[in-house]
Amino acid sequence: MENKIVTEGLNAYFGDVHAVKGVDLAIPANSITAIIGPSGCGKSTLIRCMNRMHEVVKDARVEGRVVIDGEDIYAPGSDAVEIRRKVGMVFQKPNPFPTMSIYDNVVAGLRLNGERDWKRLDAAVERSLKLAALWEEVKGQLDASGVSISGGQQQRLCIARALAVEPEVLLLDEPCSALDPIATAKIEDLLFDLKNNFTIVIVTHNMQQAARISDFTAFMYLGELVEFGITKDLFENPKEELTEKYITGRFG
Amino acid sequence: MKCGDANMNERGTEERGSLQKTRSGLSLATVRKTLGRSGDRLFVYLVGLVALSTLMLVWLLVAFMISDSIESIEEFGFGYLTGRTWEEQKGVYGALPFIFGTLLTSAIAVAIGVPVSIGIAIYLSELAPAWIREPLSFVIELLAAIPSVIYGLWAMGALRPLLVNSVEPWLVKWFGWTPFFEGTPQGLDKLAAGLILAIMIIPTVASVSKEALRAVPDSQREAALSLGATRYETTRMAVLTYARSGIFGACILGLGRAFGETMAVTMTIGNSNAISWSLIDPGQTMASLIANRWGEAEGLQRASLIEIGVILFVIALLVNVFARLMLGRVLKSVHTTGGGL
Repeated sequence: MENKIVTEGLNAYFGDVHAVKGVDLAIPANSITAIIGPSGCGKSTLIRCMNRMHEVVKDARVEGRVVIDGEDIYAPGSDAVEIRRKVGMVFQKPNPFPTMSIYDNVVAGLRLNGERDWKRLDAAVERSLKLAALWEEVKGQLDASGVSISGGQQQRLCIARALAVEPEVLLLDEPCSALDPIATAKIEDLLFDLKNNFTIVIVTHNMQQAARISDFTAFMYLGELVEFGITKDLFENPKEELTEKYITGRFG
Repeated sequence: MKCGDANMNERGTEERGSLQKTRSGLSLATVRKTLGRSGDRLFVYLVGLVALSTLMLVWLLVAFMISDSIESIEEFGFGYLTGRTWEEQKGVYGALPFIFGTLLTSAIAVAIGVPVSIGIAIYLSELAPAWIREPLSFVIELLAAIPSVIYGLWAMGALRPLLVNSVEPWLVKWFGWTPFFEGTPQGLDKLAAGLILAIMIIPTVASVSKEALRAVPDSQREAALSLGATRYETTRMAVLTYARSGIFGACILGLGRAFGETMAVTMTIGNSNAISWSLIDPGQTMASLIANRWGEAEGLQRASLIEIGVILFVIALLVNVFARLMLGRVLKSVHTTGGGL
C-alpha cells in the first residue's frame, strides 16, 4: 500500500516543552489511521504538524520532515496555505462559523478559493453534506445558522466544510469527544465510508473507537511513538509492553 | 491593621502576645468585640447610602434640568427641535443648527476614527508580537487620559495651520464643486472639530474593539486557517464577523463620546450658528453652544440652553445604553473612559 504521509525525525515544541519526540511514521493512503495514547502524549500535536497548524500557536516550532505525496511540507518555499487546502482538519469541539448559514459554512473554503459560480457551489453543498451524512437532516434549512443545529450535526457540518474543498487527507482531532454515543456512531460510520476516497488520520482517546474504525493504529506515550501497526495486530498482539499495559487498562 | 492596634491599646495588654502571632485574625476579632453586630449593620448602611446617593444625584440632575428648562419647553414646544434661529433680541431660540452640528461633526469623527481604530484593534489583537502589544495598548489607552483642553490646544496650534495651508486648499481645489467643501479655508470649522473628535474617540473604539476581537475563540481562527485561509482572510471571515456586534458597540460608544465632547470642539469649531453643509465652514454643536453662551445667558435663553442640555443628555443616554447592550460581556473586561458630558 502506498504511503500518503511520512514523518521523518519529527520533533515539535511549545517553547521549551518538547511535545513530539523524533517520530517516524508512515501513514498509508486510503485508510484510517488512529493515533491513541494518554492525554498530553503529543498525539494532537503530531497531527497538527501534518497540516502546519502547529506553528500557528505562539512559540511553537517544528523540526524534521513531514512528507506528503513525496514533498516535504516544511521545505523552504512550501506554502502553509496551500498545504491546508490539501489536508483538511476537524477539531475537538465543533467550530462552525456562527455568523454564517449552514450553506455558507460548507462553501466557506470554496469561496476562499475564488469559486463564485452558484451552480457549482450548490452542487458542492449537496455533495459535501451527503458525504458527511447530514444532507437529509438539514436540506430544508440550509439558510439556518451554522450553530442552530445539534452538537453532533455541527461536527458533521465541520466535516462537510472540510470535505467541500476536496482535500486528499482528513485529519480529525478527537472529533467525537464532545458528542453523545449516537452522534459518535454516525461519525464513525461516515469515516468508514470516506476512507475509499480520502486518507484519514484520527486522534482519539477512546481505544474502542480506534479498534472499531481504524486500519492502522499508532500508540504514543510522552511524546514518543511507541508502536505502530495494523490495528488488529496492535490490539491483539502488542509488541511493546507499554502498549499492552495501555490497551488493557493497566497503566501507571 | 491600624484600627486593630488602636483597639488593642484601649483593651489592655493581655492579648498582645496573640496579636503578634495572628495580627489580622485578632484585629478582626477585636473589631467584632468592640462594635458587635450593630457595627456590621452600620457598615452596610453607610456604604449602601454612599452607593445609593449616586441615584439621588442623577435624580437631582434630571430634576434641575427639567425645572430650569421648563420655561423654554413651554414657550417653543416640539418646534424647538426644528427652530433655526437663536436670537437674543427677538427672544427666539431653536436647537436645529446645534443638533445638526453635533451630528455632522460626530459623523466625521466616526467616519475617520472608526477605520483607524479597527485597524489598531486588528493589529493589537491578531498581528502584533507580545512585546509590541502590551506597550502599544497601554499608550493607546493613555490617549484617553489626556484632558480634552490639551487636544483643543494642539488642534488650534498645530492642526489649524496644516488645515489652512495644505489640507483645506487641496480639498477646495478638488472637491470644491461638492456642497461639502465650499468656502474659504479658515482652519476653525467642522472639519477641524471632526478631526479632533476622531482622534479623541480612537482610544475608546480601539480598546473596546480589541477586547471584542480577543474574545473570539481560537477555534474560530483555526477553522478558517485549516480551510486554507490566509491571515487576512482568517481575520475577515472568522474574526471580524464573529466580533461584529462588539465592534459595532465600540463604535456606538465612540459616537457617544463624540456627541458630548465640549472643550476641544468649542476651541476648534469656529462657533457659528448657521447651518451649512460645508465642512470648512464654522459651526456649533449642542455642547459648544452651552459652553459659549452660558456666561451671559439669562431668562429664556438660559432655559433654552438647559433644554439643549436635556436633549444632549437624552441622546447620550440612549446611545450609551444601546452600546452597552450591544457589548454585553465584552465590556466587562475593559474599563471605558467616560464621555465629555
